[in-house]
Amino acid sequence: MSAPEISRRALLKTSTLGLAGAALALGGVGRAFAAKDLTVGVVYVGARDDFGWNQAHAVAIKALKAVPGVKVVEEENVPETDAVSKSMESMINLDGAGLILATSFGYYTPFVVDLAKKYPDVEFRHAAPLWNKDKDPKNAGSYFGYLNQAHYVDGVAAGLSTKSNKLGFVAAKPIASVLSNINSFLLGARSVNPNATVQVIFTGDWSLPVREAEAANALVDAGCDVVTCHVDGPKVVIETAEKRGAKTCGHNASQAPLAPKGFITGAEYKWETIYKGYAADIAAGKLPPNFIAGGYEADFVRNTPFGAGATPEGQKAALAAIEGLKARKPIYVGPLKDNKGKVVIDKTYDNLDPFLDKMDYLLEGVVGSTT
Amino acid sequence: MSDAPAVTSPAPVLQPAGAEATRSDWVERLRASSEYVAIPVFAVAVASALFALFLLAVGKSPADFIAYVWRGGFGTAFSFQNTLQRSAPLILTALAVAIPARIGLIMIGGEGALVLGGFAAAALAIPMIGVAPPMLTLILMAIFAMLVGGFWVGLSGFLRYARGVNETISSLLLTYIGIAIMNFFVEGALRDLSNPNKPSTKPLGDAYMVGKIPGTDVHWGFAAGVFLCVLLYLLLERTTFGFAARVTGGNYRAALAQGLPVGKLIVTCSAIAGACAGLAGFFEVAAIQGRANASLAAGYGFTGILVAFLARHNPLVIPPVAILFGGIVASGGLIQRRMDLPDATVLVLQGLIFVVLLTSETLYGRFAFFRPRARRDRT
Amino acid sequence: MTAAFVTVLIAMLGGAIRVSTPFMFVALGECLTEKSGRVNLGLEGTLVLGAMVAYAASYHTGSPWIGVLAAGVAGSALGAMHGSICGLPRVNDVAVGIAMMLFGIGLAFFFGKPYIQPTAPRLDSIPLGFFVDDPSLKSALQVNPLFFVGIAIALALAWALRNTRWGLIVRTVGDSAPAALAMGISVNWVRLLTTTVGGFLAGVGGAFLSLSYPGSWNQGLSSGQGLMAVALVIFARWNPIRCVYAAMLFGAAGAIGPSLQSIGITQGYYFFNAAPYILTLAIMIATSSATHAARDMPGELSMAK
Repeated sequence: MSAPEISRRALLKTSTLGLAGAALALGGVGRAFAAKDLTVGVVYVGARDDFGWNQAHAVAIKALKAVPGVKVVEEENVPETDAVSKSMESMINLDGAGLILATSFGYYTPFVVDLAKKYPDVEFRHAAPLWNKDKDPKNAGSYFGYLNQAHYVDGVAAGLSTKSNKLGFVAAKPIASVLSNINSFLLGARSVNPNATVQVIFTGDWSLPVREAEAANALVDAGCDVVTCHVDGPKVVIETAEKRGAKTCGHNASQAPLAPKGFITGAEYKWETIYKGYAADIAAGKLPPNFIAGGYEADFVRNTPFGAGATPEGQKAALAAIEGLKARKPIYVGPLKDNKGKVVIDKTYDNLDPFLDKMDYLLEGVVGSTT
Repeated sequence: MSDAPAVTSPAPVLQPAGAEATRSDWVERLRASSEYVAIPVFAVAVASALFALFLLAVGKSPADFIAYVWRGGFGTAFSFQNTLQRSAPLILTALAVAIPARIGLIMIGGEGALVLGGFAAAALAIPMIGVAPPMLTLILMAIFAMLVGGFWVGLSGFLRYARGVNETISSLLLTYIGIAIMNFFVEGALRDLSNPNKPSTKPLGDAYMVGKIPGTDVHWGFAAGVFLCVLLYLLLERTTFGFAARVTGGNYRAALAQGLPVGKLIVTCSAIAGACAGLAGFFEVAAIQGRANASLAAGYGFTGILVAFLARHNPLVIPPVAILFGGIVASGGLIQRRMDLPDATVLVLQGLIFVVLLTSETLYGRFAFFRPRARRDRT
Repeated sequence: MTAAFVTVLIAMLGGAIRVSTPFMFVALGECLTEKSGRVNLGLEGTLVLGAMVAYAASYHTGSPWIGVLAAGVAGSALGAMHGSICGLPRVNDVAVGIAMMLFGIGLAFFFGKPYIQPTAPRLDSIPLGFFVDDPSLKSALQVNPLFFVGIAIALALAWALRNTRWGLIVRTVGDSAPAALAMGISVNWVRLLTTTVGGFLAGVGGAFLSLSYPGSWNQGLSSGQGLMAVALVIFARWNPIRCVYAAMLFGAAGAIGPSLQSIGITQGYYFFNAAPYILTLAIMIATSSATHAARDMPGELSMAK
């Protein structure tokens, strides 16, 4: 992420605006969906400036603040318990929020779904491809960027930048989006280097810096010469790997400055595409779409500019892969087996196929286990 | 715990002079007990003043802050129910600390018992969903959660008695181990594959959920917590078991010398503690999440430690302290949103309030005003 | 198979050196405090505040050692606050510690926001593995000077507690306040001093986290290490040397999870990751005995009464 750190002065400035607006909302609760006096409530699972997932959202959400008449209220470090349900409800009842953006996976069931039923006049949008148009309330919805496409590109560049053919992946938890990033990274590497394998270490939680550093060290010790990760704040993994002389691929935001010697490229969200679209809808007095998800073909993800660790062949192949993804060239070309030998992907699937959202396996070529 | 009030401080209830307790006795009693209201109120006021200085230093308006604390935590029907709901798990996890404290143990393993209890309840429910009636299922789930939670903290008590293993550290270690056990099953054998983005057990379904207290938006866990506080207060203060436990807490050697069944007392108190935390886990599963997952380890067990100490391990004081806590957290959201402050502001506020509240304990008994006139005359 | 085993062993050696230092500093600080009869459970907050202050100071001054010092000063301030509050009659030290943990973490998170993203100068490690060829071993033997400082402090503390007048005073205050009073010692002053020094050490432990390993400031940095380190003092039975062993054991056990996964033993990683806790508990059960339960415990500790 190229966004500068949030300075104290900026905090102060926005706060005065927030207060001025707050006085207006105390008067009454407006539910009409127009940009005029629309309050958007945003909940984050971590700190807004965590240099990772939450910061990526917070920076992009500034697009909504720019719409005249729209007020954004934000709450950070809201755990995935009834705390989030109460925070969203508080935004509705006390701030008069008409649109809620819930930015963490675990917020959806049961919290967003239940609240959408309870408050049919409020719109809810959640950052994961979970909204089901048959089962879920019509005032709920999903938006998501398929970051696995960018991890695929990482894999292509890494596959041609490795010497040992062993790539390392530090992952938080074996949930579908993480597994999809690991598998796509592998398939990207294999598409250019059939001998490549990916070694996974699960740390067990989203932010455990010491264990992440230990994991990065363990991967390098095991012979991996490229390390990437899917944890909330990738800074520690990237810096540890760089210190050990391994190459790195980033995640969530640009980590290029952290690894001047070994950075290859990194997978980044472009949430601003989605939030700008929302802003345009709101400005035009329209509801944001119920379901919006995509990858390169929709300009929802991108790769960090290449660093010193990327070989010229790797760069060339990665750029070609990006062009392919923009043209919806499939990543998962079936049939594919998992690393226990069972066929898990029977045929070739489109990159946006919901079948792939239910991934609970690691493909053949990945060393690791989901339990 | 040497400073458990019932052991060291004089009995709070004065003996009325014979059967004809006069009106002035009541006034005296009120005056004496008003100390327990006046000093905490004073402490919260001091803490608020300190926090106001902090806000001024970072360029925010203290007046707004006070308005938002009131509005976000207590001032509207929604806010107050929000506060009550947030206090529900804290009441139960605070009991999990307070009960062992009365027998002289510092148990900090409520988090582990909560997580394992909640997980056990969810696991038990899986084969019963759609087969057994909801009421029966829920009752069995609650009992099982209490048994498992009771076992987990009871284990610390047993290790303390039988092997001399320090219960503070063993209960903390068992918490981390308990969370690992839950994660292992939730992400492995018992994982609901239809929920790929948050490893969880199979959902209970709406029919198998604990509802809200009628007329409110607060789940039954709050009522259960308050009920248990009263029940356990009576157990500790009005039964021979409670008396024996307090004697053991006051002087371990004397209890042994008197032939009290110290081992049984320790294990029983620990198990009761674990059962309270396990019940909190049950409500997290059956009233909130509808399934067991990593969100059970939300830190309620650790917050409960502070609540218990602030309530000086008196079960009857736990609910008001937990409600204060819930109110601060509930209003913390509004403060973040309206004043655009980071969430850490709430942590600073909590820290300040609780440090000042605890410091204020030194003031008890220092003001003549609160002393009953009779006693003042005597001295 | 042997190669894999060696990989795990080297990882554990590296873990013992890399991960143990913050545990060591916090445990030593708490050991000193508890020796004087006071418990400061708030060192988790001190650790986190120390980590933030160290990173910020290093970022602004360009000198990581100034960061270490600043962390120590911040830790002393929290320690002095705890020490003076608990000097008042009827105030419970355990509870104040927990409240101060929230306060310390709150301050660190509040003022630490602008330092999550920038890169500050880190502490350099000493390459003690210059004589070996194996890159893993070479890396495991990259030792931060603070590791040796911690060991030196442990030795000095153990010696001073046993052999100096100051040590005698601290131990007397910790074992029996009336006896100390009879000797004309100000119990509260001694405890204020030991808590302040304890806070200083815990702050330095935090500096290690943010300036050496993992070497970055963010809100998840400690994740309970300070709390665990305080518990390790009980495990080490109030002996500074054993605090070092306990910290190294904990660090080594923490490396088991990731390294087993790296050699392909991946099933059940949650339990491997919980190895430090399981191992500590097992050792405690094996080595404790009901009759000698509180033999080494300072008599004035609130948990001893």
